[in-house]
Amino acid sequence: MLSKRFGRMAVGAMAGTMLMAAAACGGNTGAEPTTSAQPSGDASSEAPKGALKVGLAFDIGGRGDKSFNDSAYAGLEKAKTELGAEIKELSPASDGSNRGELLRQLADAGYNPIIGVGFAYGDDIKKTAEEYPEIQFAVVDSASNAANVTGLLFAEEQGSYLAGVAAATKAESGHVGFVGGVENDLIKKFEAGFVAGVKSVKSDAKIDVKYLSPDGDFTGFKAPDKGKVVAEKMYQDGAEVVYHASGDSGLGVFQAAAAAKKKAIGVDSDQRQTIKETDLQSVIMTSMLKRVDVGVFEYVKAFQGGAKGGSNVIYDLKVDGVGLATTGGEIDDIKDKLDAAKKDIVDGKITVPAKP
Amino acid sequence: MPAGLFRALLTVAGAVAAIVVAIAISSVAILAAGASPTQAFAAFFDFGETERSVVNGIATMLNRSVPLFIAGLAVAIGFRMNLFNIGVEGQYKIAAVCAAYVGSLFVAPAPIQILVIIVVAAAVGGLYALIPAVMKVTRGVNEVISTIMLNFIAIQLAAFLVRGPFTGQRTEGQLTTNTPLLPESAWFPNLNVLFELFGLPAPRGGGLWGFLAVAILLGMGIWVLLERTRFGFDVKASGLNPSAALASGVNPKKMVISAMVLSGAVAGLIGLPEILGDKHTFGSNFTPGLGFLGIAVALLGRNKPAGIAVAALLFGFLDRAQGPLQFASVPPSVIMIMQGAIVLLVVIANEITSRIAVRHEERRAAQQLGRNTPVEVAA
Repeated sequence: MLSKRFGRMAVGAMAGTMLMAAAACGGNTGAEPTTSAQPSGDASSEAPKGALKVGLAFDIGGRGDKSFNDSAYAGLEKAKTELGAEIKELSPASDGSNRGELLRQLADAGYNPIIGVGFAYGDDIKKTAEEYPEIQFAVVDSASNAANVTGLLFAEEQGSYLAGVAAATKAESGHVGFVGGVENDLIKKFEAGFVAGVKSVKSDAKIDVKYLSPDGDFTGFKAPDKGKVVAEKMYQDGAEVVYHASGDSGLGVFQAAAAAKKKAIGVDSDQRQTIKETDLQSVIMTSMLKRVDVGVFEYVKAFQGGAKGGSNVIYDLKVDGVGLATTGGEIDDIKDKLDAAKKDIVDGKITVPAKP
Repeated sequence: MPAGLFRALLTVAGAVAAIVVAIAISSVAILAAGASPTQAFAAFFDFGETERSVVNGIATMLNRSVPLFIAGLAVAIGFRMNLFNIGVEGQYKIAAVCAAYVGSLFVAPAPIQILVIIVVAAAVGGLYALIPAVMKVTRGVNEVISTIMLNFIAIQLAAFLVRGPFTGQRTEGQLTTNTPLLPESAWFPNLNVLFELFGLPAPRGGGLWGFLAVAILLGMGIWVLLERTRFGFDVKASGLNPSAALASGVNPKKMVISAMVLSGAVAGLIGLPEILGDKHTFGSNFTPGLGFLGIAVALLGRNKPAGIAVAALLFGFLDRAQGPLQFASVPPSVIMIMQGAIVLLVVIANEITSRIAVRHEERRAAQQLGRNTPVEVAA
């Protein structure tokens, strides 16, 4: 059948593709639950009626991403300790082919409410919500699209505005940069807010904007190499601070910042604290926090209080759903300026654009 | 013992040994991850307590197996004549986006609508595979390199098409990008009736994809084509010994082009079960990676349709456990370790068993010769 040489080549190529696949879902490996959820079915079916069982389905990458997904999990854990909820979190296959299936498995196991983390759940949650009308669902970063679905949205543009104020104030030359992971409406909100924030400080500021991949192609969220190349160019051209909204690719931005001895701004979680590469901590001037944990926890709390879906909840500066991290104390000296900007936004004096 | 029986027993023994060793390797990995192997293996067979969840689980497993089976077939056609079509990944994506878009442009009675979509998918996949084939026969470009390169082009092109010229209406507040929704006449009827026959509830979601039936027919068609036609013989001959095939009048250029195009046409169908049976659109959530998995499935199935079906079912069975494993607190990456281990070990077992068989045959022939009796050639 297979001639020997051909067979060897086939095996070699197979091993190669398997390796690539394994690398692609590296974030998934070993990140394992420490939850107390009962593995055996009996326990769950005997659970008293009215017991709070919260299910959460991660997006690709799953737990251990030190960012978005971990933040959602922090909210879930808070619901466990403070609200006494029984929790279970599932990660999809590395190709994301079974998102709907995970939601159904949680629903069949009696979990209610069920939260999908990430806009990729938009389509699947709509379908599943229609099949299980008695269960409440929530989806992070995507709008409600069924009567029993709550959309958990964040005012990223407001937090990014503050990041822009901080960047422009710190950059003496008035030259800053923005690296977006994927050029879709969500990441454009980051860009729009950042640009508005920079311009509010220095109207003639030079802002380099670059996206790693176009809309519909999500590789830009996990391409540190690309992030590095793009940020290197920005620093070489004279940018002093680069803000990234590019998921895992941000690592490359930080590496470029370290090499150029300049500063970067992190995203989603307090990256100065969460980054594994401790030598890169000092380049992260601040991070734009997107409190997915607040969103998840508040949603579970509202559910307990009897809230029903069908609408969106927006977490903005007013409820501290977004904000800036102060770890490292690098923005302490401009705190007054940031607080003033925040107050203006909360009071409605400044309306931050959500589109560039 | 007759030589044929000896070979068959040897093959079975090899497969069993490969699976046992794969289980052992996975157990070590599970232990290293701090979980219990027994719980993990129980999770693979845990389809839930309610009838509905059992049915859901079976449908998930079969729905996963169907595209894997088609992908395995596509790769195997090339393998048969030592053509390494790694481009299946790109071929099925570009075919899927084109077919989903063309299907959304018109409304016709269901059989015509679905047939047109299938034909478009096969044509696009075949044409895309024609590029490396032509490059190979005219300029001698190695198809491994060219198909890998063309994958990148196809994947980027598909991503561009779905957000550009082929994009559909996006619902307010959604970030996923999709082609326009297919009209209902393009929704492939599901096979939930199979469950209802046994008094079981219908599975949720898209149900059991009706494309399963098409895949079975396709598998049988390919078997007939490869095993019972002149074309199939030429393919096999070109693969086993190109110079002998050339000497006996097989045109190698024609064979490369037709095998490659056929492989691409079959690859074009990989995305259709999902598009016609469940999502009714091609979008950013479309399952990637099936083309690469097809290589593993074809290797495991020894390039034979029946073997590929078994391999696809095995992969579907393992992939289904993604959720149950996590319910049992076992890292789901175990699935990939098992799949990788099984494929590698089966290939190794094949090599070892064929060597043993050859040596056995040589010894037998030598003995026969020593006794000076006519040699009965088996194998």
